[in-house]
Amino acid sequence: MLTLNINGKNVDVDAEEDTPLLWVIRDTVNLTGTKFGCGVAACGACTVHLDGEAARSCSIPVSEAVGTKITTIEGISDGKLTAVQQAWISEQVPQCGYCQSGMIMAVSALLNENPKPTDDEIDQSITNICRCGTYPRIRKAIHQAVKLQGEA
Amino acid sequence: MAKMKLTRRKFLIAGGLVGGGLAVAYSLGEDIPGNKALVATAENGQFALNAWVKINKQGEVTVAISQAEMGQGVYTSLCMLVAEELEVDVASVTPEPAPVHPVYANVVAIMDSLPFSDGHHSGEATAGAWAMKQVGGVLGVQATGGSTSVRNFWGPMQQAGATAREMLKQAAANQWNVRADECIAEGGTIKLKNGSKSATYGELVEQASMQEVPQDIKLKSAGARRIIGKSQERIDIPAKVTGQAGFGVDVTLPNMAFAAVKLAPVFGGTVTGWDEDAVKDMPGFIRAVKFETGVAVIADSFWRAKSAVEALPVTFDSGDAVHLSTKSIFALFENNIESDDGRSYSDEGDAKAELSAASDVHTATYKAPFLAHACMEPMNCTAKVGENDVEVWVPNQTSTLMSWIAEQTADVPAENVTIHNTFLGGGFGRRLETDFVVMAITIAKELKGRPVKLVWTRENDIQHDMYRPAALSKFSASLNENGSVAAWHNRVASPSVTRSFVNRLIPWANTDMPDNTTAEGAADIPYQFTNKLMEHFPSPTAIPVGYWRSVGHSYNAFFTESFMDELAWAAKADPVAFRMDHLANHTDFKNVLKKLAEVSDWNNPLPKGRGRGVALHESFGSIVGQVVEVTVGADKELSVDKVTCVVDCGEVLNPDGLISQMESGIIFGLSAALFGEITIENGQVAEDNFPSYDMVRLENCPEISVHIAASGRPLGGGGEPATPPIAPALTNAIFAANNDRIRELPLQKSGYVI
Repeated sequence: MLTLNINGKNVDVDAEEDTPLLWVIRDTVNLTGTKFGCGVAACGACTVHLDGEAARSCSIPVSEAVGTKITTIEGISDGKLTAVQQAWISEQVPQCGYCQSGMIMAVSALLNENPKPTDDEIDQSITNICRCGTYPRIRKAIHQAVKLQGEA
Repeated sequence: MAKMKLTRRKFLIAGGLVGGGLAVAYSLGEDIPGNKALVATAENGQFALNAWVKINKQGEVTVAISQAEMGQGVYTSLCMLVAEELEVDVASVTPEPAPVHPVYANVVAIMDSLPFSDGHHSGEATAGAWAMKQVGGVLGVQATGGSTSVRNFWGPMQQAGATAREMLKQAAANQWNVRADECIAEGGTIKLKNGSKSATYGELVEQASMQEVPQDIKLKSAGARRIIGKSQERIDIPAKVTGQAGFGVDVTLPNMAFAAVKLAPVFGGTVTGWDEDAVKDMPGFIRAVKFETGVAVIADSFWRAKSAVEALPVTFDSGDAVHLSTKSIFALFENNIESDDGRSYSDEGDAKAELSAASDVHTATYKAPFLAHACMEPMNCTAKVGENDVEVWVPNQTSTLMSWIAEQTADVPAENVTIHNTFLGGGFGRRLETDFVVMAITIAKELKGRPVKLVWTRENDIQHDMYRPAALSKFSASLNENGSVAAWHNRVASPSVTRSFVNRLIPWANTDMPDNTTAEGAADIPYQFTNKLMEHFPSPTAIPVGYWRSVGHSYNAFFTESFMDELAWAAKADPVAFRMDHLANHTDFKNVLKKLAEVSDWNNPLPKGRGRGVALHESFGSIVGQVVEVTVGADKELSVDKVTCVVDCGEVLNPDGLISQMESGIIFGLSAALFGEITIENGQVAEDNFPSYDMVRLENCPEISVHIAASGRPLGGGGEPATPPIAPALTNAIFAANNDRIRELPLQKSGYVI
């Protein structure tokens, strides 16, 4: 048994120590908002926060996450949508939506660390894949989220 | 794997898919019920007013959507049509997947995919197309593909909203002892025109459901519309920003087990031996399953299933395909073209005679690779097989075929099959296929009564797709003294998508017939040449090919619009003006091109090292023109700076939805043009995951500007038409920048660094 802290709650899980965190979150804890895309940390669909930093959970053994604060898409808003989520709606970003949990997690971590990123900084930091090609709207939504956060 | 057992009805669906002859003779012999299909899904206090609209006593409206929501926004667009006529807000309407029933058939998709569709054939072929339309409707195949959803359902959904509205009005009129035409519908209530009485839909719905379904209803005039033609927020987006949207891979059921597979790496390969005892003691192991093309492990979590199946010793017989390679496939294409035994799709004048008499013949050979779909959500399917029934949860583009295949695979009566549709994490044509559904049910049969969720890895997904076909095109053309095209001869060799798809479903079917999917975008180009010949050389291989966003257009547009550009430069003409000169009386194409030249600043030259390229292409009933701007460094460092896109799809339902589909189609095509190639070596796919099959990301995504040039054309599609023009517009831009003519995709093969 391993004990994880996910979205502020402690959960005991039965999994081998080398199981990727992603599959524990999805299949053991049943939080399915975090997605499986590639299994090799190449697409970012599985992005969660470990102690506030973006991490690709498909390539992190669950044992490494013990002792950290894990946040998933289900845990980022406190009843009210975050600025990033609001911007995602106002810019009408998602299409199929599959990659968007990971995108929102990656962008939220970026804005926590760098509240006003330049386009270059966005490009360097947000390397997730969206097969529907929502990138132009993602860029607009990031700038919109920066604005919303500034107003808050 | 279950043997296919075809009932008469199924046989005729199959026949309908394969060709005209069988289908023409067929009639269904039973009436399609108006609302029976939806009544069966109504919960307590909910009333189905027709096959599409349910309202409960709280006045909440539910709309049945027969189309898969795979990112194109179809939940929103179809709800808009109902909401417009029903006089409610789009946001107040809840979409739900329609049951599997012929009343929800997509006639346009069936027609477009069939060999006798309009477009490339005339004379008897038109009769075939007419027959297909009847068959598509009668046999009732529910499918999402071919950019058809709005085209097919615009009429029925508007009608459904209007019918429900009139029934509510009639119920109110009866209650108030007035005529129905003295009542009006507004914001979810029926009111007397003089304002003296009012009742909500919830109060009226039970009575309304007992009214006769009215005929000949007048739809709202264009001027009275509140919703159609105005951008609406997508209904599905809130759930997609909180992680709540349920995709197939998210299906969670009590007592569910998980399966992972290892598949024969060579196409057509089979399992010859395995040692299931070797993994039996691994954690969570439940069972190992052997099937024809691979093995599966069922375990209590996906990761444990995957770990065990990877450790499971298996031997495969590779079969004949082991000798295939990309090189041998292109050699086959080359041979077939030189055999001079093509199928002629477009033959005007005498191109061959004109070319043999010409003093200067321009020739070029173009190549396009196999491509994988790579939907973000890897293939998956959850199945629960009982003693005499099967229940399937699957993100799919055709619930009719899923239902049919489930019935056959589980070997249960048709009425004991239940298909649950989920959100799709991308479709792009891949989820029209049934391979992973057959696999999931075959595995779940070994654990009767317990749901089993099969999830493919990304490696399974990339290496066991039904690929966009590779293709080879050989052009010859001549110009006359005033710089116009005198003769145009295009020979294309590729495997046929429809043939491959139908053969998978019905292995004994004869599919040697004309196939639009391989000639589309080459045979039906808008340019007028006195002598024009387009031939296709069907070149099947063991590599399975399938429908991939924009299908044949995806490579044919690259071929034709690149060669058009070559001829423009050969004629020392401006590429836009050269195209304009060959469009004759096609004013709709000319209007798109004219607007494109304006909004892209075409006539304003770019500095050295930069270039603009243009492409114009019609597909799925819509004309799309694109101009790409690039910057190319001396060392072939390429930046795709900007894409300007003009679309004419006739009337527009949801403008922002259309714009998002244009952006999406452009980036999908751009990923393919820059990076996309599936390489065959020793009969198997060399690429395995995103690092070797890369995509555009934020850092290399161009600025995109979309302009809608709506004309009075008949409705066209939105999901696919933006994909075909992007590759040629891009390579034409590179030529304009550095004189490098690219005749083979992807660009990274030509040494470009992106």
